Amino acid sequence: MGIWPYLAAGWVLLVALYGLVTSHNLIHAIGCLAVAQSSTYLLLLAVGYRRGGTAPVYSDLTPGTRPVVDPVVQALALTDVVVGATVTALLLALTIQLRKRHHTVDPQALTGLKG
Amino acid sequence: MTARTRLIMFLAAAAVIAGFFAAACSRLPPFGTPDHPYAARAVAAALAHRTANTVASVNFDIRAFDTLGEESILFGTVLGATLLLRRARDERHRRAEAERVMPTTRLFGTLLLPVTLVVGVYIVAHGQLSPGGGFQGGVVLATALHLAYVAADYRALKRLRPLTFLDVADSLAAASFTLVGLAGLVAGGAFLENVLPLGTFNQITSGGTVPVLNAAVGIEVASGLIALLAHFLDQAVELTDPDQHETGGD
Repeated sequence: MGIWPYLAAGWVLLVALYGLVTSHNLIHAIGCLAVAQSSTYLLLLAVGYRRGGTAPVYSDLTPGTRPVVDPVVQALALTDVVVGATVTALLLALTIQLRKRHHTVDPQALTGLKG
Repeated sequence: MTARTRLIMFLAAAAVIAGFFAAACSRLPPFGTPDHPYAARAVAAALAHRTANTVASVNFDIRAFDTLGEESILFGTVLGATLLLRRARDERHRRAEAERVMPTTRLFGTLLLPVTLVVGVYIVAHGQLSPGGGFQGGVVLATALHLAYVAADYRALKRLRPLTFLDVADSLAAASFTLVGLAGLVAGGAFLENVLPLGTFNQITSGGTVPVLNAAVGIEVASGLIALLAHFLDQAVELTDPDQHETGGD
């Protein structure tokens, strides 16, 4: 497999950034940001993968009998998911207020400042 | 800036990112390498603390301080969303209407709500043994309550959702994480040190502070998520826009 899983993560990131740059709808842009975030899950899990490894949970596995994947990056992926969810929630809240005050969710139409 | 210029600038930047990213990846350890020094140490540390789920051990024991930060982010988001989605002066409050639901949907919700609640508590309580924990179980718990909205209407959800109580529970759970940390400081000499008895490996009481912190996070995530969704749902269901003529479509 070589470096292809890492490159896949980078590809997902660039696709998401393309969506962000060309977006005409803030909800769509927030979706793109979530895709960009998921590229980091891919990268983390690719870094932690061990060939033939199973989940690092020893409730039904005798320690030492099978290789396990890296639990540290899995814990980081959990943090990543939580942060992604909170960012999405706050951005959606901001979008609701924008829609109410400016009557548009197109970021390209949001040019004027309004107090 | 026109859309075309922006796209050209993006493509130039993307080419640079792609080049450097690929160069960086080529120096990473090969995919699936058997050599994971941190994994070996984390597994040894988890087994030494009799925590069967290594990921839970990393999150709530080895990296517990980071999880405190993560939990604070969640707490801050609930506060921020509460502030952003408060009712503005020019908005009117409209009482949610009772709605008709198909009897099968109602039956589905009535049966599934208690089952989902039990599953949520199970996932929180067994975080130190099997995949799951406070974050995952908390989300399941919050989802369970919203089955009332799917199977009945918004009024039923509001009756099931004591928001004041949940706000207090959210704050107390967030604070108790820090208190467990301070207890570690007093009893063991380090913040968030695992000072509780470690118990028997693969039993629900194993892992020392891991199940305690999991419970705190589970309560915080569940109550925080319900409060967060409450503000979004209030916006959609109960608030009318200041000027209806432009936004009457939704």
